[in-house]
Amino acid sequence: MREVARPTPRTVRLRMEVPDRVDHLAGQHYVVRLTAEDGYRAQRSYSLASSPGDPLVELLVERLDDGEVSGYLADVVEPGDTLEVRGPIGGWFVWEGDEPALLVGGGTGVVPFVSMLRTARELGRTDLLRVAVSTRTLAELPYADELRDAGALVVTTREASGIRPAGRLTAADLVPLWEPGQTAFVCGSTPFAEAASQLLVGMGVPAPDIRVERFGPSGTSG
Amino acid sequence: MAGPTRGFLGRSRRERDPRLPPGQYDVGKDWPVLTAEPTPRIAPETWSISVDGRVENPTSWTWDDVHRLPPSDYRGDIHCVTTWSKFDTHFAGVSVDTLLEAARPTADAHFVMATSKTGYTTNLPLEDVIGGKAWIVWEFDGAPLPVEHGGPVRLLVPHLYFWKSAKWVTRLTLLQRDQQGFWEQNGYHDRGDPWREQRYQGD
Repeated sequence: MREVARPTPRTVRLRMEVPDRVDHLAGQHYVVRLTAEDGYRAQRSYSLASSPGDPLVELLVERLDDGEVSGYLADVVEPGDTLEVRGPIGGWFVWEGDEPALLVGGGTGVVPFVSMLRTARELGRTDLLRVAVSTRTLAELPYADELRDAGALVVTTREASGIRPAGRLTAADLVPLWEPGQTAFVCGSTPFAEAASQLLVGMGVPAPDIRVERFGPSGTSG
Repeated sequence: MAGPTRGFLGRSRRERDPRLPPGQYDVGKDWPVLTAEPTPRIAPETWSISVDGRVENPTSWTWDDVHRLPPSDYRGDIHCVTTWSKFDTHFAGVSVDTLLEAARPTADAHFVMATSKTGYTTNLPLEDVIGGKAWIVWEFDGAPLPVEHGGPVRLLVPHLYFWKSAKWVTRLTLLQRDQQGFWEQNGYHDRGDPWREQRYQGD
């Protein structure tokens, strides 16, 4: 572990040196596996925020209430520690750097999109990406400055943003960003991913062109 | 295998339920949704399932047809590769055995490809879906299966990781040789036994 930072109250950013690593594609994830003294193990998947060209691998982890792995990563890990990781994993929710894409992220669902934006900068192809992001408040959005510098539309659901009152992402926000031929990537909590993907379907985006990555609880019991 | 992680204690092991396969945790009452595509809206009247490929009698059933088949249900646990497990679930539908009895797999059928309305696919060894180990289901805990969990009808193969239990299933194709489905092409295991922790290719 090289760097540990806490960019927002509920997240930790980890930058690691991974020996003999296999280059990843933007959008892929790593599995972090923790082992206790008695051999007990817990593992979780986290999206990479770094680009393939970054000498370090960067994860952004949201600290969940009672999170067995995220709590450890947020509270205990220090530079100099060694973690067991596995990756890169995933061949579906990836952007290979040569196709136009619309990226729609909610909260920490922006992490794979940060990797895509960084990759686009490395390739000189930032023209291929359009980004819309939803967050409760700007202070809770990881990579807020980087996203805004990249031209992302940032919608805040719990506070006004400039002249725009608090509110959710709407089709009116996405229509100007959408062009035929784009692949749409949606990443966020299950309710966010469901709402955003249905917005896209409602706009006429073909369902096979929409790739969805969801995380966290469903928000409903049973 | 790496050694211990400095300072990691983990949850209390005394409470660890023996029903949990290695690397899994009990998600409790919640039921996370994991889907790689937008949720399709499928009216039961337009849904059907077919069994084809290496079979003597390719057969299709409508929503009404499957409800006339002998009912069968599953009570037990399910395990997702993203490390949650859910205990004491109750699903109802019909056994895959019932469908295969009608379609009659040929002697050279050894694998199954399940296909969803969305185009999602997943591959399974035939022996994992026969002998009372697999169902197509339309009820969860006595209510219609919610669309985000694969309603109106999903495949249920609870002894394997849950991505094998294809949501919105519409087709089972019997194959002579194994072919990889959606997640399997993307790095996940061809069989997916949670007790052997077969999460990714090579496990």
